[in-house]
Amino acid sequence: MDKAGFLKQRNRLDFASLREWGILIVFVLIVGILMLLSPSSFARPTNLINIVKQASINGILATGMTFVIISGGIDLSVGSIVALSGVIAASFAHPGEYPLIVPIVLSTLVGGVAGFLNGIGVAYGNIPPFIVTLGSMTMIRGMALIVARGSPVFNVTKAFENIAGGFLFDTIPYLVIYFVVTAAIGAFVLTRTVFGRRVYSVGGNEMAAKVSGIQVDRIKVAVYSISGFLAGVAGLLLASRIVSGNPTSGVSYELDAIAAVVIGGISLSGGSGKWYGAVIGALLIAVIGNGLDILNVSAHFQLLIKGAIIITAVLLDVKSKGNRT
Amino acid sequence: MGSNQLLPDKDYLVRMENISKVFGTITALRDVNFGVERAEVRALLGDNGAGKSTLIKILMGVYQPTTGQIYFENKLVNITSPAQARAIGIEAVYQDLALVNLMSISRNFFLGREMTKNLGPITYLDIRKMNEVCKQSLHDIGIEIRSPNERVGSLSGGERQSIAIGRGVYFGAKLLILDEPTSALSVAETRKVLTYIENARERGLGVIFITHNVHHVYMVADSYTIIRHGMNVGTYYKGELSEDDIADLITGDRES
Repeated sequence: MDKAGFLKQRNRLDFASLREWGILIVFVLIVGILMLLSPSSFARPTNLINIVKQASINGILATGMTFVIISGGIDLSVGSIVALSGVIAASFAHPGEYPLIVPIVLSTLVGGVAGFLNGIGVAYGNIPPFIVTLGSMTMIRGMALIVARGSPVFNVTKAFENIAGGFLFDTIPYLVIYFVVTAAIGAFVLTRTVFGRRVYSVGGNEMAAKVSGIQVDRIKVAVYSISGFLAGVAGLLLASRIVSGNPTSGVSYELDAIAAVVIGGISLSGGSGKWYGAVIGALLIAVIGNGLDILNVSAHFQLLIKGAIIITAVLLDVKSKGNRT
Repeated sequence: MGSNQLLPDKDYLVRMENISKVFGTITALRDVNFGVERAEVRALLGDNGAGKSTLIKILMGVYQPTTGQIYFENKLVNITSPAQARAIGIEAVYQDLALVNLMSISRNFFLGREMTKNLGPITYLDIRKMNEVCKQSLHDIGIEIRSPNERVGSLSGGERQSIAIGRGVYFGAKLLILDEPTSALSVAETRKVLTYIENARERGLGVIFITHNVHHVYMVADSYTIIRHGMNVGTYYKGELSEDDIADLITGDRES
């Protein structure tokens, strides 16, 4: 290899890795600026913990979405799964009826089964993921309304409320712990297991994965099952947090999860993205919301800013791809 | 001299006998006999649409032959999928299909055959070992890489070919199939890839080198099979025909 070609390649690599670290740098910068602007309220430890708490449910959904998007798919049904599993959780959490384990198992199971069926549709039905999950999003929303008979399910036990509402050592909300544990397991599976690698290969070059003897269909079913299961977990946590099962909750949660993933630098075309992308993305969305609240910026402007960040993130993604190959 | 017959005195690694393939009303291959020995580089030549890739796809398990048999190491085999072809030792190196550009060299090297370690019930990837083995085994066949963590997408076409060839050799392939490996490469890179092919031959592998341009393959091939209009026009051994004679046979400017 001649020297010029070698140097050119180094630059290209540096640009790619800069983009991968870029979101982390942006995150630190924004947190730093907000801390300087508002040392008394934003930078308070309780507020910082609160931000992570606000990011938790979206972060859990975004972790599942990460698997789907890296495999080259998309899952629009997670918001509806949140509603259905929340309604089911609350329905089995009335005082004096069932032990706490019943709503926990049923709600997460429902999520997993819904995701599994999405995966079957994508892998064996050969229907584009967007269409499969758009259809199931609508169907599952309908099922949530049917199960709840159109109105929220109230009257849940204190223990149920405590699932998401409790604190560890009176300081760290349980929600934060669920988020951290989910993200850590997700990161391990994605980067350190055979399955994780195969998810990347399916999204990167499906033919190469197939020729290499990887059972692409099974990988697809698995990623949608993971996403559905985590949506079930998120539904359980949301129902516990709002102390009821609301069939109209979780609307557009799928878009927030996709936004977190995209902001985190995970490419929508599949095959690439870091394990921490969704975590940073979800945290960044929460930080901006919280920071702008504290700085008294109206909610209308917040939407404007959030949207601009998403477009910027994708723009960076497209630009760096154009440079790479 | 060249004919469509397999030679009785050769010990072929793979034999394809009386292969025909019909797609609807089109006969893509007609009664083709084709055999490759161990440690032989066979050029498979033919114009676009002549049927050479159909023949290879049958060998790879992508298509089933309409008639005819395949013997691998003298055993009758029925190859039904690329995964099965790979399992018995047939490794195809397609320029675009073989590798995932977004993944690193090491990840591609072990794609579908990852090394793992166990910690209690948890099985996880042995990334360090994979990186070491990848770098070392590529080095063993003369391929130097900067880092096993480099993305395949940032490599040149020749480097990508060499990674795929090295992977096949490491995982014990007996027959390497290269589809137009040098057609998009610079002169210097072509020379390198040809060296890797010679290395593979020295290790006793059979190599099928598919191309429509005899100049890409004349130096390295031991023998040449020319396909025209779905028929085997003839197999020739080194020295039997000049480069120009073979070029004429491919286009049909000269009859065998």
